[in-house]
Amino acid sequence: MRVPLSWLREYVDLPTGESGRDVQAKLISAGLEVETVEQLGAGLKGPLVVGKVLTIEELSGFKKPIRFCTVDVGTANGTGEPQEIVCGASNFAVGDKVVVILPGGVLPGNFEISARKTYGRNSHGMICSARELGMGDDHDGIIVLPPEHEAGTDAIELLELVDEVLDIAVTPDRGYCLSLRGVAREAAIAYGLPLRDPALLDVPGPNSYGYEVKVSDPAGCDRFTARTVTGLDPEAGSPIWLQRRLQKAGMRPISLAVDVTNYVMLELGQPLHAYDRTRIEGVIGVRRAQPGEKLTTLDGQVRVLDPEDLVITDNRGPIGLAGVMGGANTEIDDAGASTTDVVIEAAHFDPVAIARTARRHKLSSEASKRFERGVDPQAAAAAAQRTVDLLVLLAGGTAEAGVTEVIAPSAPHTITIPADHPDKVAGMAYGRETVVRRLQQVGCDVYGADELIVTVPSWRPDLRDPNDLAEEVIRLEGYENLPSTLPNLPSGRGLTESQKLRRRVGRALAGAGYTEVQNYPFLGEAVFDQLGLDADDPRRITVKLANPLSDEEPALRTTMLPGLLHALRRNVGRGAHDLALFETGLVFRPSGEEPAPPRLPVDRRPTDAEIAALDAALPRQPRRVAVVLAGAREQAGWWGQGRPTQWADAIEAGRVVAAEAGVQLIVRQDQQAPFHPGRCAALLAVVDGEEVLVGNAGELHPRVIKALHLPERTSAMEVDLDRLERASGGPVVAPRVSTFPVATQDVALVVDGSVPAAEVEGALRSGAGELLESLRLFDIFTGEQIGAGKKSLAYSLRFRAPDRTLTAEEASAARDAAVAAAAERTGAALRGA
Amino acid sequence: MSAPNKSYDPVEVEALKPEEIERRRDEALAAIAEAADLDALREVKVAHTGDRSPLALANREIGALPPHAKADAGKRVGQARGAVSQALKARQEVLESERDERVLVEEAVDVTLPYDRVPRGARHPLTTLSERIEDVFVAMGYEVAEGPEVEAEWFNFDALNIWADHPARTMQDTFFVEGDKPAGTGPEESGVVLRTHTSPVQIRSLLDREPPVYVICPGRVYRSDELDATHTPVFNQVELLAVDEGLTMADLKGTLDHMVQSLFGEDITTRLRPNYFPFTEPSAEMDMVCYVCRGESVGNPDRPCRTCGSEGWIELGGCGMVNPRVLTACGVDPEKYSGFAFGFGIERMLMFRHNVEDMRDIVEGDVRFTLPFGMEI
Repeated sequence: MRVPLSWLREYVDLPTGESGRDVQAKLISAGLEVETVEQLGAGLKGPLVVGKVLTIEELSGFKKPIRFCTVDVGTANGTGEPQEIVCGASNFAVGDKVVVILPGGVLPGNFEISARKTYGRNSHGMICSARELGMGDDHDGIIVLPPEHEAGTDAIELLELVDEVLDIAVTPDRGYCLSLRGVAREAAIAYGLPLRDPALLDVPGPNSYGYEVKVSDPAGCDRFTARTVTGLDPEAGSPIWLQRRLQKAGMRPISLAVDVTNYVMLELGQPLHAYDRTRIEGVIGVRRAQPGEKLTTLDGQVRVLDPEDLVITDNRGPIGLAGVMGGANTEIDDAGASTTDVVIEAAHFDPVAIARTARRHKLSSEASKRFERGVDPQAAAAAAQRTVDLLVLLAGGTAEAGVTEVIAPSAPHTITIPADHPDKVAGMAYGRETVVRRLQQVGCDVYGADELIVTVPSWRPDLRDPNDLAEEVIRLEGYENLPSTLPNLPSGRGLTESQKLRRRVGRALAGAGYTEVQNYPFLGEAVFDQLGLDADDPRRITVKLANPLSDEEPALRTTMLPGLLHALRRNVGRGAHDLALFETGLVFRPSGEEPAPPRLPVDRRPTDAEIAALDAALPRQPRRVAVVLAGAREQAGWWGQGRPTQWADAIEAGRVVAAEAGVQLIVRQDQQAPFHPGRCAALLAVVDGEEVLVGNAGELHPRVIKALHLPERTSAMEVDLDRLERASGGPVVAPRVSTFPVATQDVALVVDGSVPAAEVEGALRSGAGELLESLRLFDIFTGEQIGAGKKSLAYSLRFRAPDRTLTAEEASAARDAAVAAAAERTGAALRGA
Repeated sequence: MSAPNKSYDPVEVEALKPEEIERRRDEALAAIAEAADLDALREVKVAHTGDRSPLALANREIGALPPHAKADAGKRVGQARGAVSQALKARQEVLESERDERVLVEEAVDVTLPYDRVPRGARHPLTTLSERIEDVFVAMGYEVAEGPEVEAEWFNFDALNIWADHPARTMQDTFFVEGDKPAGTGPEESGVVLRTHTSPVQIRSLLDREPPVYVICPGRVYRSDELDATHTPVFNQVELLAVDEGLTMADLKGTLDHMVQSLFGEDITTRLRPNYFPFTEPSAEMDMVCYVCRGESVGNPDRPCRTCGSEGWIELGGCGMVNPRVLTACGVDPEKYSGFAFGFGIERMLMFRHNVEDMRDIVEGDVRFTLPFGMEI
């Protein structure tokens, strides 16, 4: 809402020296978001006067038509002689009144005017356009004024060129502030000054001889006022003051009748519509549209109506989308200016119906914007009257005596609150007197002592609950005056285990060289093919968005890897080589069978069954952590060789994560897209005594690397943190630390190449018994010496007893038992034996 | 001590003459002093203290002396050997220390050599900033509550008093999940959205717990804005909810003050400006004093402030007293309990707290942006 300060002053006697910025500060404090204060005519300096065009000489030989004019500027030029001016516009004729700036004047933008030679003539000044004067963006040539203004009259004052305009972002609850009346009310309260309410007009009562109106949907339209004005002078245009106010408020002047309805809407907040009476056939009706009905709106669009749309009709059918936009078939004729009789509509429509229609037809108008936010129903009659008055005054019309008012009965809204309710909400004592005074200032009627019975004004449909009234009191008393206190909280329990785990995982991975990224979870399904997922892979079942930002990426991630690989590629594209990235976040795993959630009320707590039904409509959303890495894992340098990343780093990342959860991962060979079939590990953990898959890790499949343009040997890991958390054991049981000496025994075992090292290790451990303190694989050997298809695994076993020094025989016996177990379970043979 | 040597004249043992003992001693001391390194010293030691050394041999002769001479000779030889042994030890220490110093010099390295064998990684500043904010409230006794990102509209809108026709529920603002409904009936029909704020977690918290409820709800939220220098369709919020008996706007103000002081410095305060949100009543916009210029850039063109655009205040987000209708929808008696809530975006705070100029740097995952932030923020 743009509010010219000069217009605002018509309703409130603001202090004379008060600037737009001063008013802005006051209104902001009262809760109106005044975003800017525009300074109109800043830097403008006269002489700027009305001129009368005396002669026009068309100059030829230039790229565009140029006129050499003489203009009567009265005595403004000091001589009274005609002023010679060259002009590039041609929308004026001899005898027209124009706006002339004389040498010495300055136009906005520091454009100084001086006499100069141009197009071969001497030009002493300039004939101005609306844009040059900062009046608007009108490009249609220079301004031609109504003929009644005398040559030589000061145009700065005539055109009200110097003003300040407050631009207010009105919140949805404050519909009344989409009017001068509403903003003036707030300004009056803020300054403690009386308001001259422009809606307080003498309005004749309704009678039976007004234009006939039939409202068939009183729920959609609870008030319809119709007035008729006849005998309008079709030649009459809007006076300058009216045009200027519209322009300053951001609207374009169109024709007198339209301008007047817009003006009254800006003034009182009531949208109005003027119909050419000769173009309406029969009774004006209000009803819902019928299926398939069509209407051509004023903007020339043919609209297919929805049965929910509220329409204005005559005998032929719809003539307007109620509260949104009129129809072309009853439009006031502005081009031919033939309209002489108008019917004025001032109605009140259901905000929800208007909002839906506006949205359905993607048609937001000044009228719909106001109806959606709530219009004062009590102002309709006054607005109609004001329109009638202005048409009579400015267009010489005659107001017909007939006054139509269709009103659905309604009671004013009352709210009962304890007088100290605002105090309790604010946390400070205002006292009853202040509370009552503030509520009265916003227009409420207040009765009662300890319990206040508050009747809210018709222009404040947003005041529905006790807290709405509390807000009025608190904001007018000033949010800045609220004290600052702290509540007494019950003792907290800190972060949950799961939250702590997530932080530890992040720190551990960052410490291990990984850098965290946060990727958008959007993906396109093509990526599943690139990842080589089977047609029936459950990761292909996605949550899809109805309105994705990009049609290429309409689905939500079911795995973290596409986003991470994208980030990897982006970093590579920007010149990085050695990368290790991680991300923690949710993936979205619908079953594809989720039912739609029930529609639940909000006037009570939903039952547990209802809450469960809501949750059942949602996909599973497990939390994952994943890494991707490529390039060198260890850099080469003065210390020696570097080392490229490999599958083992990815699995180790899984172990790092698991260790933070206190979980020992079980690693098994696996074959799973998108991994290399020979370099893919299943990561398992024991939950409630059972092995559960918590993730996968390994090197990516070469085809995936190619399809996604990734660095070779890119590796990845993804683990389900929720599952891992369930595998977390209890507190660690402290080991007994033996101080007796250790006995170390090395063994090299030859096994078939396909035997997993983890199995050999498991067998050794179980065979070695309790004396085994630790075991470590320190070498792997393959070669002719041990036979084709075989491998030799060299382990170092450390034995120790809690209570004695082991003898060489005891240590050897334990080693032999370990080897025997390995031989039995994995076919291992002692190398060289 | 060896047995007496019968072959010598017990009286006239040359080696035990006092002057002979002194000469042998002096020879030894001279040799020790001349030993240039530990190897030489080792040889000197063998020559002058070994079994075949003159003093050792002399010592062996003592037994052959008559009883009256034994004591005197024994004393002389003992003193001489003692002096030699002491000198040896001292020389040994000197030479060892010289050797050590030489080795340490030889072993010196250039400690300025770079070492980036496995460079450190970093956590994303959005994560660490969120945690820092959470910690402020956890210290006060709040719990950190979380919830799903794909959310039922009832949690995201209805329960928060955002009714069916509210503008926030349009496709301009909200990502809707596609439903199974026949085409043309409108996507809103699925009843499931990407949460547009973490407020649904507040609702879930109120449904899960009995008041008093004090929770902080950090998390990812979604709005259908295109990514540009100041907007991102996926961003992070922290919201707070307190529901208890007798909570007031003053408590809200005090809690905000505490937060900005914990994050930005002791003397930073907040300002509330009236605003409108469906889920709070009264509602306010919250600003904090610019922690860089502390308001001194206002009306002072010589000292412009980039952080607050010389406004003196930095906009944080929205807040207010929980609308009693929200409490009712969660089964909390608004006659008995009141509450306050606020929420703000982490990206925005990251931008003004760390001078980030372009939102894209935050979301694109370029490691060069993230690495300097390290582990904590």
